[in-house]
Amino acid sequence: MKPKFLMICALAGSLIVSVPLFAHHGNAAFDVGKRVTVKGTVTDWVWANPHCWLKFDVKDDKGNVAHWVAETNNAPDMIERGWSKNTFKPGDEVTVTVEPVKSGNPVGRVVAVVLPNGQNLGMSYLRK
Amino acid sequence: MFNSTSLICKHGSAASAISLTAILALLTFPTVARAQTGSSNNSGGNKDQATPSAPVLLDGWGTPVTNALKPGEKPGPAPRHDISGTWEPARGPGDGIQAFGPRDMPSDGAPGHEPPYSALGLETYHSHKPLEGEERVLESLSNDPRNKCDPLGFPRADFYQVRHTQIMQDDHKVVILYEFEKRWRVIWIDGRELPKEIPEPRYYGYSVGKWVDDTTLLVDTIGTMPSEKVWLDEAGRPASDAILVEERFHRLDRNNMELTVTIDDPKMYAKPWVAMNKFPMRLQTPDYDVVEMMCIPSEEEQYYKDYGDPASGVDSKQSK
Repeated sequence: MKPKFLMICALAGSLIVSVPLFAHHGNAAFDVGKRVTVKGTVTDWVWANPHCWLKFDVKDDKGNVAHWVAETNNAPDMIERGWSKNTFKPGDEVTVTVEPVKSGNPVGRVVAVVLPNGQNLGMSYLRK
Repeated sequence: MFNSTSLICKHGSAASAISLTAILALLTFPTVARAQTGSSNNSGGNKDQATPSAPVLLDGWGTPVTNALKPGEKPGPAPRHDISGTWEPARGPGDGIQAFGPRDMPSDGAPGHEPPYSALGLETYHSHKPLEGEERVLESLSNDPRNKCDPLGFPRADFYQVRHTQIMQDDHKVVILYEFEKRWRVIWIDGRELPKEIPEPRYYGYSVGKWVDDTTLLVDTIGTMPSEKVWLDEAGRPASDAILVEERFHRLDRNNMELTVTIDDPKMYAKPWVAMNKFPMRLQTPDYDVVEMMCIPSEEEQYYKDYGDPASGVDSKQSK
């Protein structure tokens, strides 16, 4: 197992205690506190109501592609966090940490992302 | 579709792999996001781009947001009989969201946070399928009216998604413009009484206000919608058309105001109770342009198709 793999997985696990509750469309489906980090390619970034959501493809070692969808929060809240309608575009290679659903489907809530230029985006407000 | 890259980490595999390096990486993980203008045009896979500029918070007009008070400046005295201005939750943008219900009475199972339900109130509460709180259900199984973009109504507008709140007034009325859903309501301060008979129920009711001192406006609201139309909060607490809501807007000084809300609903609750106690609001600069925020049915439908239903593992159209 590569050191980078271990580090990213450990980082994902450590994030459990560092991210505030932000979603307001229910917790019941989610494995609250769990974190999954995947690297994939953006297929769509939907800047819409009630929450914005990111669609991206993730390929495993065997070449199987999982079509992930992960929500963020509503647009005004994302603006307060420094995100925008132009944060992603199709084709962007991103690393996404999500709080996954319990079912095991490739669905979750975005906790943090790393953009193609290496910039981290999180869920903290720019201003308190 | 576009080519994807490698899977990095599968569910739950992190616990045994935590290392000192990872902890150090966590400590350096930025908690502040990028500038709106800094990285909006990233090209995929190009890791040689310059680091984006420092984060800048923008308003709806795209103008950098500034504080109403300059560094070191202290608020002036509260103007007499005036609560106008653009207000925001003083403790930060997340403070007014109140996902679990009114901030001082959240549905979290804690002692003292259970409203004094009547028998009908408890029955109605259990008939609701909220997305948050003690009775929460899966995303696509909720029967919250707002899931279909119905108006939040009143008093839920005080107990969910309190964001930038524009208040305008003249000698006759105070008008509140809510950021969430771009709704508004009128509070008459011209001395009229509440209607003896309600012409017709309204989502935002009938409101009159009076100044009880130089800096406190007391507002009574009746004539709201029945419980199947409007919930009290995000956690599914009920509100009936017999409700009397008292709001106390108390301006502490020029830049700060507190809102206290008391619920008196003899159908749903055995006695009046305080749902929000001295919720702090701070004045925003007068040129602040509020971001547009609306519930749009077509986007809501797409949201459930793309995300809500896969998250819940059900088909929302069949389950409702």
